[in-house]
Amino acid sequence: MSENQVQDLGNGPSRLKSLTLVPHESGLKAKDFKSDQEVRWCPGCGDYAILAAFQAFLPELEVPRENLVVVSGIGCSSRLPYYVSSYGMHSIHGRAPAIATGLAASRQDLSVWVITGDGDSLSIGGNHLIHALRRNVNIKILLFNNRIYGLTKGQYSPTSEQGKVTKSTPFGSLDQPFNPVSLALGAEASFVARSVDSDRKHLMSVMRAAADHRGSALIEIFQNCPIFNDDAFAPIKEPSAPGLIRLAHGEQIRFGPEGSMGLTYGPYGTLVPVEAASVPESELVVHDATRSDPSYAFALSRLDSADFAHTPIGVFRSVERPSYDELMASQLEQAQAGGVGDLAKLIAGNDTWEVV
Amino acid sequence: MTKQVQELDHVIIRFAGDSGDGMQLTGDRFTQETAVFGNDLSTLPNFPAEIRAPAGTLPGVSSFQLHFADHDILTPGDAPDVLVAMNPAALKANLKDLPRGADLIVNTDEFTKRNLTKVGYGTNPLEDGSLDGYKLHPVPLTSLTVKALEDQNVPRKDAERSKNMFALGLLSWLYGRPAEGTLSFLEAKFGKKPEIFKANVTAFQAGWNYGETTEDFAVRYEVKPATIAPGKYRNIIGNTALSYGLVAAGQLTKLPIFLGSYPITPASDILHELAKHKKFGVRTFQAEDEISAAGAALGAAFGGALAITTTSGPGMLLKAETVGLAVSMELPLIIIDVQRAGPSTGMPTKTEQADLLMALYGRNGESPVPVVAAATPSDCFFAAIEAARIAVTYRTPVILLSDGYLANGSEPWRIPDVATLPDLSKDFAFATAETAPMDGTDFLPFRRDPVTLARPWAIPGTPGLEHRIGGIEKADGAGTISYDPDNHDLMVRTRQAKIDGIASMIPPLEVDDPSGEARLLVLGWGSTYGSIGAAVRRARQEGHAVAQAHLRHMNPFPTNLGDILRSYDKVLVPEMNLGQLALLLRGKFLVDVVSYNRVNGLPFRAAELAEAIEEVLAHE
Repeated sequence: MSENQVQDLGNGPSRLKSLTLVPHESGLKAKDFKSDQEVRWCPGCGDYAILAAFQAFLPELEVPRENLVVVSGIGCSSRLPYYVSSYGMHSIHGRAPAIATGLAASRQDLSVWVITGDGDSLSIGGNHLIHALRRNVNIKILLFNNRIYGLTKGQYSPTSEQGKVTKSTPFGSLDQPFNPVSLALGAEASFVARSVDSDRKHLMSVMRAAADHRGSALIEIFQNCPIFNDDAFAPIKEPSAPGLIRLAHGEQIRFGPEGSMGLTYGPYGTLVPVEAASVPESELVVHDATRSDPSYAFALSRLDSADFAHTPIGVFRSVERPSYDELMASQLEQAQAGGVGDLAKLIAGNDTWEVV
Repeated sequence: MTKQVQELDHVIIRFAGDSGDGMQLTGDRFTQETAVFGNDLSTLPNFPAEIRAPAGTLPGVSSFQLHFADHDILTPGDAPDVLVAMNPAALKANLKDLPRGADLIVNTDEFTKRNLTKVGYGTNPLEDGSLDGYKLHPVPLTSLTVKALEDQNVPRKDAERSKNMFALGLLSWLYGRPAEGTLSFLEAKFGKKPEIFKANVTAFQAGWNYGETTEDFAVRYEVKPATIAPGKYRNIIGNTALSYGLVAAGQLTKLPIFLGSYPITPASDILHELAKHKKFGVRTFQAEDEISAAGAALGAAFGGALAITTTSGPGMLLKAETVGLAVSMELPLIIIDVQRAGPSTGMPTKTEQADLLMALYGRNGESPVPVVAAATPSDCFFAAIEAARIAVTYRTPVILLSDGYLANGSEPWRIPDVATLPDLSKDFAFATAETAPMDGTDFLPFRRDPVTLARPWAIPGTPGLEHRIGGIEKADGAGTISYDPDNHDLMVRTRQAKIDGIASMIPPLEVDDPSGEARLLVLGWGSTYGSIGAAVRRARQEGHAVAQAHLRHMNPFPTNLGDILRSYDKVLVPEMNLGQLALLLRGKFLVDVVSYNRVNGLPFRAAELAEAIEEVLAHE
C-alpha cells in the first residue's frame, strides 16, 4: 500500500475502552480544543455552557486533536463543530448520524461525536437517529433539546409541549411531543442519558460515561433558548429542585426535600414516586443502568411530565453489546484471514474460454 | 435419423414464460453455452417488477432474448427468429414482435381453456389458424417432462418445474450448443439435492433427444463461432462489470472501498456483488434509506475511503442534498444511477436514459458535477474506473449513469490484463502532516492545486491539518464560514472552473467515419451504443456515408465536441428520453441537432434507428 493508506497508528492502550484503536495523548487542556472562530450564539444561550463543558471534558478523552471528529447537522447547536479545533463537519439537516456512521464504521481510530438538536435529530433526522442507535455505531450523540426551533426563529419542535403557541401555531400546537429518552430506548439504544446545560459537573460526568461506552451513546441535554423558549426547564434548574431525580448506578433512587422521596415498582412495570419512609427499605428502587431489559429504563423515562414533577437525569441505560464498527471489521478480518483478494482472479470468474 | 443442418450467420431467440417458469435461468444457461461455443452474443432480459405476478397472466410474463452470431454484433436483436412460449400469456405478450415465418415453439400443455380465457383468447390460437404464418412447433413440454421422469421418485410438482430444462435441452440440440457447462452448473446448483439434480439433467437430455428423434424438427441449425480478437473471454452482465470496476478502482487507488446503498431495482445487484468482496477490504452498508446511504458514503469519504453510493432514479432524488454537500465540501464520492423508466416509480424493471438532466442539474444552486456514462455491459467496468479517477483526482462527486438494459444485459468480454489498468494512486495523495503550516497559522483546506483546482484531501488522523468544513459557503483558501458577496461569486466560479477543467484531461471524442465523406453524424450516449452502431452499419451497407460518435463524458464534454458537431451538415441524436442531450448540445453549441426519441422502456431496435437515419438522409 502507498502513502494513501490509512496508517496503522500503533497506539498504546487507550484510556477509554470504546476507543481501543484511537491513539493516546495526554496533557491536553480545554484551550487546546478552542478554535479561533468567534462563537456566535445569542447572549445567554445554553449552548455556551454545553460548549464549555465539552471543551473542558475533551482532555479527559486523552485523544489527540487530529483523531477527534465532531459532526453536526443544521440548527443553532450544529454550529458547534466550528468552535472546536478538531476535525469537524457541519453537514445537512438531520443527516449527521448517517454521515458519522460511515466515518465511524470505516475509521475505528477516530473518536466521533455528533452534535444535534431536537428539530435536527427528532424531526428531519428521526430516521437516521433511530437506526444509528439500533446499530450501535461507535458515535456519541449530544442532543441539545430546547424544545423549539431557534435558527428558523421560533416554530414549535417535536419536543414542544402540546398546545405550544408559536409563530407557526398561533392557536397552539396539536402534536404530541416525543420523549427523546423513551424514543432512544425504543430504538434499542445501548446507552441513554440525560443532563442539563447549566449543571457542568453533571454534564461532564455523563459525557465521560458516554465516551467510555462501546457503541452508540445518546445524551439528551436540556438546553435553554433565551430568545424563543426561555425558562423552558426552569422547574429543574436549581440543584435542589424537588422534581429532579439524579440517577446514580448502584444507588437507591432518592430525591425531593432532603431525599425524602424514592421510587417503588407499581403495576404494569411502572415506577411510582413515594415518601421513602412510607414503604419498607427493600421496596425502594436501586438504580441499575445495566439491566439488559430496557423496560426499567423506559419506566424511568415515563416519570417525565409537563410540570417537571419527576424528572430523572443521569445515565438511564448502559449495556454492553458489540459495536457496529467492530462487527464490520471482524467480518473483513475473517474474510481476509485466508489471504486478500486477487483482482485478476475475480474478474476472470469461473466460466472462461480462450479465443486463439 | 440424420438431420439436415442449415448454416446461419445469426439467430435471435426469445424464451418467454411465466415468472415462475425459470425463463431467466434458461436464458442465462443458453447464453453461457453460446459464449463457450464462441459466438458473439448480446442479451436482453425483460421481466416484470412483481416477483410472482399471478400465474398465467400477462403481467406475469418474463422473457429473455439472446442474439448470437458468427460475426461481431452490437445489440440483442430487434425481432426474434425463434420464440419459445411456455403458456398462452407468453404467446400473447410476445407474438407481436415475431415476424411471419419465424419458428414458434409452444408448450401445448398450458393451452387449456382456463389459461386461454385468462388472457382473453376466445379460441385456441394453436387451432384457429391465427398462427398459420409461423413455423409452429407444438410440443407438450410439461407432459413430456413428467413422462421422462416417471421412473424417478420426484413429486409431480418438481417434475413439472423441470420443463424449462426440457426446453433448454431442445434448443441446445437445435443450435448445437455444448451441454457440459449446463450439466456442471446443475450439479453445482442442485448437488445437495441429488433427486432434483437428476430430474433436471434427465429433463435436459429428454429435450435434447426429443429434438433429435421427432420429425417436427427436421432441420438443425449451425451458427459458426465468430472471429473475434484473441484472448481469454467470459460473459459478463453490466451490474457485475460495474461492481468489478469498483473493486478494481479500490485496488488502483489503493483506497479502502465503502459502499452505502439502499436496495432498489435495477441497482441492487451491485450491492449484492460488492457485499461478497470483503477479501478486498470492501465495506458495504445497507442503510435505512437512500439519504443515509449517500450520507454514510460521504462520511467515509471524509475519512479517506473510496466512497460509493448506488441507486436508481428515485433514489437519486433523495441523494441530491448529499451530492450538493459533496460539491460544496469538495470531497470524492461516486454516485451510480442505474436509470430506469420514470417519473416517480415509473417502470422499475424497464430501461430509460431520462436522468441525464437530473444528473447535471438536479441540485440547488450552481452545483456542477462530472457525469460519466457507460455504453455497453462490459464497458461498465471501465466507466466505473473512470468515475473513480475523476472523483479522487479532482475531489468531487461524480455521477456514473448506467441503465436497466446495461445492468441486466450481457455480452462476451475479453478479460483485461490487470497490469494494463491505470494506476490511479498516482493521480492524488492525501495531504500529509508535513504540509501543515509551521508558523502557527491555520491549515488552509481550500487552497487549491494550481492545475486541477482540487483542494487538499486532509483526512482525520493527520496532525496539524484539523479543519472544519460544511455546506455553508467557505472563504476561498481558509474554508471558514463566509457570507462575503465577492467571495461567493469567486467560489461559485471556481467550483465550475474545476469541473470544466476536467475536459482538458479526458480524451477527445473519436468519430467513426470509414469513408471520410459523411455529412451526417449520429451522436449517442449510454446504452444506445449497440443499437446506433448496428443501425449505422445497415445504413452503410445501403451505400450511405454516415459517421458515428458516442459520448462517455456527459459533463464536461470533450473539448472537440463543438467542432465536430459543426463539421457535419446534420447531427442525429437518438435518445431513450425526449431529447435531453439534444437540449444540452443546442444550448452549449447552438447546433440544430435532430432528435430521435422513443421512451417505451426497451432498448432501441437497430431497424428503427436505421429508418431514422434514412429519413434524415432523405431530407438532405
